[in-house]
Amino acid sequence: MAVEKGSFEVKVGLAEMLKGGVIMDVTTAEQAKIAEDAGAVAVMALERIPADIRKDGGIARMSNPEIIRAIQKAVSIPVMAKCRIGHFAEAQILEALEVDFIDESEVLTPADEENHIYKHDFKVPFVCGARDLGEALRRVGEGAALIRTKGEAGSGNIVEAVRHMRSIQSAIHGLTVLDRTQLMADSKQLGAPFTLVEQVAKIGKLPVPNFSAGGIATPADAALMMQLGAQAVFVGSGIFKSEDPAARAQAIVEATTYYNDPEKLAHISAGLKAAMRGLDMSEIPPEERLQERGW
Amino acid sequence: MVAIIGVLALQGDFTRHEEMLRSLGYKVRAVRYPTELEDLAGLIIPGGESTTISKQLDAGGLREGILALSRTRPVMGTCAGLILMARMSSDTRVNSLSLLDVAVSRNGWGRQVHSFTTSITMQANRHQDTIPAVFIRAPRIEDVGPEVEVLARIGDEPVLVRQGFHLGATFHPELTQNALVHELFLSALPI
Repeated sequence: MAVEKGSFEVKVGLAEMLKGGVIMDVTTAEQAKIAEDAGAVAVMALERIPADIRKDGGIARMSNPEIIRAIQKAVSIPVMAKCRIGHFAEAQILEALEVDFIDESEVLTPADEENHIYKHDFKVPFVCGARDLGEALRRVGEGAALIRTKGEAGSGNIVEAVRHMRSIQSAIHGLTVLDRTQLMADSKQLGAPFTLVEQVAKIGKLPVPNFSAGGIATPADAALMMQLGAQAVFVGSGIFKSEDPAARAQAIVEATTYYNDPEKLAHISAGLKAAMRGLDMSEIPPEERLQERGW
Repeated sequence: MVAIIGVLALQGDFTRHEEMLRSLGYKVRAVRYPTELEDLAGLIIPGGESTTISKQLDAGGLREGILALSRTRPVMGTCAGLILMARMSSDTRVNSLSLLDVAVSRNGWGRQVHSFTTSITMQANRHQDTIPAVFIRAPRIEDVGPEVEVLARIGDEPVLVRQGFHLGATFHPELTQNALVHELFLSALPI
């Protein structure tokens, strides 16, 4: 009886299990426990959350392994961690730590300005950000088992997440109505592998699950992204930068399940304290926008 | 009247179960509210995060309804679903339904890098079939009670169990194209 580990099927399998859930950024074991108790399906172990990375400046790198280990010890749900774009050595270290998912993330300072990691080389699954269909399919081509729209991390502003989700969804819809003879030209225009373009045209969705990230701060934000087609949400700064992390975390978990039920959402949203302050896009100069990172 | 099969849709890969059931010609209902449990011929609790589903199940007031349904209708759980159907354990993060007299340890095979695919032999209703099985951060069944039949194993370890008309799998038949486990579950439906 042959046993196969680290196959693409097994990687996408974990992404399937996270659907309908909330993945929360945490920086300590205590925060990880709050997230697990609130019903998070996974946590992202970080040294600093995106809002602080944005504020502090400097080079943002993979988290200290001690932080990751402490968080792995504290919770029973999957633990994810971020590595820099193209930094395959950081990814190797995260794999050695047995994190459950690696986020090759634009939130950290890129290590390679041309290439992303060749993710098929790893046993651990990768999630990558994307702003449009071409970027999403390039990442899947490199081996990503899960795509998340980038949004604008640490902004508390949902506008970019919406833009990216709409962009991906409408491009997918466009492919499904094209004549087969037009797909190569589209593949060229998207900068995406032809076989993946062909597959998307046929199945009408990405070849891997598609989640949303970057700006979700309220239960309504989570419901909005789910209604726009996200299959789960990542919440970064939105929880632990708010005034009531535990209650807000639980409310966002419920909103992600009952995203189509306005009455329930009204009930869930009532009584929460202030959300994170957030930034208008005009307050973030183009050169400081994290979403521009990735190629 | 066509039988409607419910799939608990609080979190997890419930759409994969829905697709499998539809491909077998069944009507399917995603269940998020207690009223949606009415008139079901059977219920599937999907894979996902057992801690999340457990909390949502109580927050959504679904526990009593599922227990009531389970007295007369078959319930199947895969992975997290099996954890929710197993005996109560010392792990307070999951408040299980105790529909199957088995003890499970969550993530018994380890973290995601240890997740695997293999093929297993399923023995049920005088048939023997080899089926593909996908194990994702899967639980391990550590003890089975006297009323529990073991339908498939890896080595000595049970991975598919049946008690009365309830089924539990530590793997994910819904992630494959093979419908035999679902067909076995459906064969227990009241006619």
